[in-house]
Amino acid sequence: MSAETGLPTSQLHDLRRLAGFMVPADVDYGVPGADDELIFADIIRSLGRDAEAVRTALEMLHEIAGQDLDRLAAERAEKAMRTLLNRDDPVVKALGRAVLQCYYRDDRVLHGLGIEPLPPFPKGRPLEQGDWPLLDAVRGRPQMWRDDRKRET
Amino acid sequence: MTAAAAEPNIDRPTDDIVDVLIIGAGASGAVVAASLAETRMKILCLEQGDWIRSTEFPAHGRDWEARRYGDFDISPNRRGRDTDYPVNDDNSIMKVANFNGVGGGTILFTAHYPRMHPSDFRVRTLDRVADDWPIDYWTLEPYFAENDRNTGVAGLAGDPAYPAHQPTMPPVPLGKTGTRYAKAMNQLGWHWWPSDISIATTDYNGRAKCINLGHCTPGCAQGAKASVDITYWPQAIRGRVELRTRCRVREITTDEHGMASGVIYYDSRGVERFQPAAIVILAANGIGTPRLLLNSTSERFPDGLANSSGLVGKNLMLHPWPQVVGYVEDELDGDRGPMTVMWSKEFYETDPSRDFVRGYTLQFARGTGPVNEAITSMIAGRLPWGRDHHRIYRTLLYRRLTIGVACEDLPEEHNRVTLDPVLKDGHGIPAPKIDYTLSENTRRMMEHGIARASEILAAAGGKNISCSRTLLNSPGHLLGTARMGLDPARSVVNEWGRCHDVKNLFIVDGSIWVTSGGVNPTSTIQALALYIADNIKKRLATLFD
Repeated sequence: MSAETGLPTSQLHDLRRLAGFMVPADVDYGVPGADDELIFADIIRSLGRDAEAVRTALEMLHEIAGQDLDRLAAERAEKAMRTLLNRDDPVVKALGRAVLQCYYRDDRVLHGLGIEPLPPFPKGRPLEQGDWPLLDAVRGRPQMWRDDRKRET
Repeated sequence: MTAAAAEPNIDRPTDDIVDVLIIGAGASGAVVAASLAETRMKILCLEQGDWIRSTEFPAHGRDWEARRYGDFDISPNRRGRDTDYPVNDDNSIMKVANFNGVGGGTILFTAHYPRMHPSDFRVRTLDRVADDWPIDYWTLEPYFAENDRNTGVAGLAGDPAYPAHQPTMPPVPLGKTGTRYAKAMNQLGWHWWPSDISIATTDYNGRAKCINLGHCTPGCAQGAKASVDITYWPQAIRGRVELRTRCRVREITTDEHGMASGVIYYDSRGVERFQPAAIVILAANGIGTPRLLLNSTSERFPDGLANSSGLVGKNLMLHPWPQVVGYVEDELDGDRGPMTVMWSKEFYETDPSRDFVRGYTLQFARGTGPVNEAITSMIAGRLPWGRDHHRIYRTLLYRRLTIGVACEDLPEEHNRVTLDPVLKDGHGIPAPKIDYTLSENTRRMMEHGIARASEILAAAGGKNISCSRTLLNSPGHLLGTARMGLDPARSVVNEWGRCHDVKNLFIVDGSIWVTSGGVNPTSTIQALALYIADNIKKRLATLFD
């Protein structure tokens, strides 16, 4: 049982397996999977408002699989996870949000994307001015707004 | 000022009477507080939320994107702070957005700051739909200008889509994203212009300039965005206006003459109190205001306060706002810089050759950050799970173009705010319920806008173009539920914001809008609040006649 979420151990195992299926590690991109120890700990710690939805999604997964994922052959487990994730259900979206919001703030993942792992403030970010002469095509166009005063006079 | 009658319940603690009581410290409440401060009347504002310190804004932390789905979510139902009240929006295609705290919705707004157009005030005369406003653009023009100076507006003079006006600061950068849009618009021959945006592009009135945190919506840690907690409220407080936070008003009370006598509210410790006042000003937004009026029943006002017309809560307008998204091959600005960059008014004014009346603004946005790109693309079905996840994600991140179609929805009485028979807030006060559907005119307008936005994205090199129609993003524009008008049978307030039925009760928020225009409303809401405050000041000697 997780003290942070109240999820039983079996659901924690299923969730970790599911997270690794949703966002797997990739050697070519040099990024860990969402089942990575640090990332998964962040997911559990951050469930917050989505805890109940994630619990429901895991119950749905168990119902689809018929038992804990660990007891299933890999192929059947994968089929069950895919069936769950293909469902157009708010709790499945909440599950996705819970995984992605932690995955894409991990230092290693951000480095793999070429992003400096910092909060925006206080450093800020550069932004180029862009090509302002493009506006010359619009400057001097005739008035577009309707002048209500003309109707009244 | 004459003293109003005291609330008769002697068991309830009663505060000292004030001359003016303002309910709500958001976009309009702050304006009216600051404007009336010069009268030296005793002015009090009750706000149900807290002050939000800049250090609390998400941009300070590594969880900055996740918090927009948590304690800084635009939906009060998702956010669920103890300072929020729930809204039953099950029977609405659009979901409600707001923020309860000092600054109100301006804490979470994008700061896109267009004015209404002159034609927006004359829809009956010009287009034979809805009703004309009892005031016009030209009445508000000096207040727009005053508000721009007080707020600080980045933009560029010379837009042929508007009467001449002079923004106070240079426009936000076009950047790579705006340049891409501009080339496409020039190729199509359609109007575009850098948006008026209430974000400081230079240091302005003690506010530091924008450093492109790119996270404008859930609060600006830099203080560059003109939320009213850092613009109007300091001015009001210097003028000795008292602002009490965590004070939730339950109802407005009336005396034997049918005048507002004050309010019953819960203070920060949850104690029920009575606050007497000579003038009451409602600034609680287009849902909070009708909720409060409908909760303020009495023998004299059995259907809710100021509701002899039966229109309190009716004619809710929410601005349907489909967003059309596409992706290009090159990396653009992503989430660097203010979200909005430019607008197009090419399809704003009524064109008889179209199958709808009125029109819309196209609002051009930059991209979004890594977490939000992943979540929104997952929800839209663009981003798969499994082996292909990483490859597809890298074709999306920082490559997004988004065009919002800001549609004008016309007033319809069946779109409304009522009191939910079951749902209550943390103090046991009945919560609002909204019923809202789209009219055929709005649907046609939306489809026209989605098609034009798709053409623009294609011209900009966008691929993978999509738009969600099943659940519209809610911009949080809550308008029309206590409309302004000359006829007491067809409106709730008169042409200067005073309730027809209760002569010391004023409304200054978006409730009083007669029609919604196709623009973000904050600039016009604040100009209206300045105009009403000015009328109160000019008419003080005869205010209740």
